[in-house]
Amino acid sequence: MNYLGKDVQLKVVGTRPIRPDGVEKVNGRAAFGADVAVSGMIHAKVVRSPHAHARIKSIDTSKAEAVKGVSAVITGADLPDIPSEEAFVGEGPANFREMSHNVIARGKVLYDGHAVAAVAATSAAIAEEAARLVEVEYEVLPHVISVEEAMADGAPVLHDDMFTQGVDPKPTKASNVAKRVEFKLGDSNAAFSKADVIVERQYKTQPVHQAYIEPHACVVSYNPDGQAQIWCSSQGQFMVRAFCAKLLGMDIASIRVMPLEIGGGFGGKTLVYLEPLALALSKKSGRPVKMVMSREEVFRGSGPTSGGTINVKIGATKNGRIVAAECETILQAGAFPGSPVGPACMTAFACYDLTDVTAFGYDVVSNRPKVAAYRAPGAPISTFAVESAVDELAQNLGMDPGELRLINAAKDETKAAYGPTLKNIGFVETLEAAVASQHYTSDLGEAPKGKRRGRGIASGFWFNIGGESSGATYVNEDGTVTVVSGNPDIGGSRASMGMMAAEVLGIEVERVRTIVGDTASVGYSFLTGGSRVTFATGMAVTQSAEEVRDDLCRRAALIWEIDADAVEWRDGHAHPAGENAGKFDPLSLSDIAAKSGRTGGPIAAKSSINAQGAGPGYATHICDVEVDEETGHVAVLRYTAVQDVGKAIHPAYVEGQMQGGAVQGIGWALNEEYIYNKDGRLDNPGFLDYRVPVASDLPMIETVLIEVPNPRHPFGAKGVGEVPIVPPMAAVANAISNATGLRMPNLPMSPPHVRAALDAAKA
Amino acid sequence: MATVNVSNQMCRPYVGDTQELELEVDTVRALINELERRFPGLGPQVEESMAVAIDGVIVQDTYLEPIGPDSEVFLIPKIAGG
Repeated sequence: MNYLGKDVQLKVVGTRPIRPDGVEKVNGRAAFGADVAVSGMIHAKVVRSPHAHARIKSIDTSKAEAVKGVSAVITGADLPDIPSEEAFVGEGPANFREMSHNVIARGKVLYDGHAVAAVAATSAAIAEEAARLVEVEYEVLPHVISVEEAMADGAPVLHDDMFTQGVDPKPTKASNVAKRVEFKLGDSNAAFSKADVIVERQYKTQPVHQAYIEPHACVVSYNPDGQAQIWCSSQGQFMVRAFCAKLLGMDIASIRVMPLEIGGGFGGKTLVYLEPLALALSKKSGRPVKMVMSREEVFRGSGPTSGGTINVKIGATKNGRIVAAECETILQAGAFPGSPVGPACMTAFACYDLTDVTAFGYDVVSNRPKVAAYRAPGAPISTFAVESAVDELAQNLGMDPGELRLINAAKDETKAAYGPTLKNIGFVETLEAAVASQHYTSDLGEAPKGKRRGRGIASGFWFNIGGESSGATYVNEDGTVTVVSGNPDIGGSRASMGMMAAEVLGIEVERVRTIVGDTASVGYSFLTGGSRVTFATGMAVTQSAEEVRDDLCRRAALIWEIDADAVEWRDGHAHPAGENAGKFDPLSLSDIAAKSGRTGGPIAAKSSINAQGAGPGYATHICDVEVDEETGHVAVLRYTAVQDVGKAIHPAYVEGQMQGGAVQGIGWALNEEYIYNKDGRLDNPGFLDYRVPVASDLPMIETVLIEVPNPRHPFGAKGVGEVPIVPPMAAVANAISNATGLRMPNLPMSPPHVRAALDAAKA
Repeated sequence: MATVNVSNQMCRPYVGDTQELELEVDTVRALINELERRFPGLGPQVEESMAVAIDGVIVQDTYLEPIGPDSEVFLIPKIAGG
């Protein structure tokens, strides 16, 4: 059923009820990964490589095993040697053999922090002490950190069986370039001849971590009968189950995963790191095993998103029509292939209506942690470059950058740069709202002495996805309702699921309690990612609630002894459908629930679907900055995020997603970077030296919600969690350019870099 | 007949220089079968690694999605997210 249209009066969807998980998170009672304890539990620590690239000559665990209190020690030899097998996981294609080798090294270590062994003991302190006694003999090898080093002639090769895919002829020599991708529409090379103005520049971004507050943590109990239970925080309990089964050679049915609260994921928890190790240790020791990463381990051992080098060329006529565009994106994948170079290329020009465009890129391995998904994987990187170039184009043309974007904006029936014809998109609406906003039309105000002010605007795109999802609706004996979702709640999905069910059932949302089911209590759901849960799992929950509603009508018909067709559901009550149906007092959900036993038993429905047709997301952000000429510090004075959200189910959560994405993007723009020393070791694995924005750094992020409903969703929802991180880096860079007249092509635009650029300009 | 664009790089090893096809297919399942019949190996490639954009709506991992007689069908890499 579709609940869109002017005649439909929604009572719950679109309101802002109190967050159902708010109280326990505020009072500290919410159970996250590290909060779980089970009887007989022991603790484990990982032994990590101190080298960026080295051959493992031997591992001697005897001294560690001899420590009193140590129950088990494992190395790579304790996990099955699984064959190469491609799979499609959080960010894109992955290989289970490589995943296994990333979880614990075999033969070679490929980055500083790569796990080589793990020790389980009666206390975390004993495990840590024993871990120091594991003796690993290394043959240190030359390493490469940047993509330029990795692609250079004669560079040390990480994998001697890796040959570049996507090039013709097929290479015969192994290299660090895993693949080349290309997307082409028309003939960009020829079309540049039609341009009056061409901008061309190289841009660089740094790898940045998702920086979730909660480090990875799990408790795993392997039983003598071969059954295992896992408690962990992740972006997908079914993902953890499937990956652990694959990496340990177990049946999926032998593993039950209990999802816990998740303290942020942003794509970084779409993989496993600790769970397979804890499972192997639990099997070996016969005890439940708890593992918790330190913040240093999170930085050294889990995936950031890629850094990139992007070469952009855009040509336009003097009236502002873009006639040709090209973008080369080289992304760093970390130690194993799998950077988001494909989506980076596909999204690079997705905001624009172009006929001649080429985007190509390279996936390059180097001696850094394997990258993991991060909101809109790849898109922020290529978009930073393209949106900076569009801004430069506007400067050269003497046009307003918002106006230039409007002239070229993708709209319904535009053939996207990556191929298909776009439908039901709201990009023009976001641009128009941004350009007409009080923020964009306001005066910047006078900068204090020694400071300069500027304003930037930038746009972004993300596909959004649907996929397999399960939900269930149960009517309790007292007429309250329990909704079960198959997806961990990382952005407010318990609220949105409950609201959609309440809307369908015509009851107050406070009477619906949503829980996240474990892998044995709800049908399979693909992980929480791709901005898919409110769309896909929301559809499943809506369908289950509709089945319950229909069943409630049947039960009322049974009670009234009339045909089921003669009953309709309104405002949480069964009513006779018309005069002919007979005269009966309405029956509430509670009335019917109280008689559920007599009318056929419990009232419940489950729905498992494969949702298709998630509408794409577009956003336009406006940023005001003040640049300190003496220190190079950039202060964000005002920031507004405008986004097509389809239909906001719970607007406050949607605004939170937009604000969170903008803030992460501002951190990516201004401060965040990994600093490796000459030995390839990470020098800043902590929040003291890896600077993320905090509340005191920023103004309130203003939001403007544009609602262009998605006709494929019963309430019109589109994914909202990813596109907010796409425009910020360019919005900030364009604001700095507006303030200083300097184009900052390299991230981060931290004080030393900005000061250096200002000094160079003066010189 | 549906217009099926196979210009994506992931199709090239199977289709060579072919850019577009006119196919009489009414579901994604039928599309995969017909592509496999014409270009052996492309069927599994589309099924496992690619998404299908039908009249601008991206679908993936499904046999059931209908394809209209005048639909524009575009084969693109599968999409995920973070």
